[in-house]
Amino acid sequence: MLRLDRATYDAIVAHAKRDHPDEACGIVAGPAGSDRAERLVEMVNAAGSPTFYEFDSTDLLKLYREMDDRDEEPVVIYHSHTATEAYPSRTDTGLASEPGAHYVLVSTREHGNNDGPVEFRSYRIVDGEVSEEEIELVDEL
Amino acid sequence: MAIEVRIPTILRTYTGDQKSVTAEGTTLSALIDDLEANHSGIKDRLIDNGDLRRFVNVYVNDEDVRFLGGLEAPLKDGDQVVVLPAVAGG
Repeated sequence: MLRLDRATYDAIVAHAKRDHPDEACGIVAGPAGSDRAERLVEMVNAAGSPTFYEFDSTDLLKLYREMDDRDEEPVVIYHSHTATEAYPSRTDTGLASEPGAHYVLVSTREHGNNDGPVEFRSYRIVDGEVSEEEIELVDEL
Repeated sequence: MAIEVRIPTILRTYTGDQKSVTAEGTTLSALIDDLEANHSGIKDRLIDNGDLRRFVNVYVNDEDVRFLGGLEAPLKDGDQVVVLPAVAGG
């Protein structure tokens, strides 16, 4: 199960809507081993694409160094789908390389940049196996 | 000659859970062969068809090796190599 505070949830949704029709991506870092999604880091989608996302390689190194210095790990890795459902694509599954992370998918296919509900779902992806999990939204972690 | 290589979580199964190992080599290619000699199986996760895998990033002293000559990137004593899988998808 993923526990997420409402402010972080809202910020991820806002990021996905802002970047629509391109895919948005980022992480929520937290203390190593804590499973606490505490610190949202929006990343630039270097692919700038409606069907693909990739963290810029320089930004990626900077991010991992920063997490290392702070004794953090990626608790959530999120990205949006802008024309399809919020379910990991075959590419998502093949490239998932953080077995300890919650992979969050947001779909903006229904309302795009506008207000309105989005699909927001969370998964574990381990060795190519996808399992969906519940999300518990709380006011504070 | 000792070069520190930072290993990402997903590849620590090959390094006995170590976050960082040392290896030798005057090029990235030689370094990866040396890694393979001590951590069997790791090379295949880094290289595909004789080239670096598209979704594996390797940095030498914080510079992406794709800008340093790829597998032929030169290395010297004291360099630091970082391996990070791309965070990417569709």
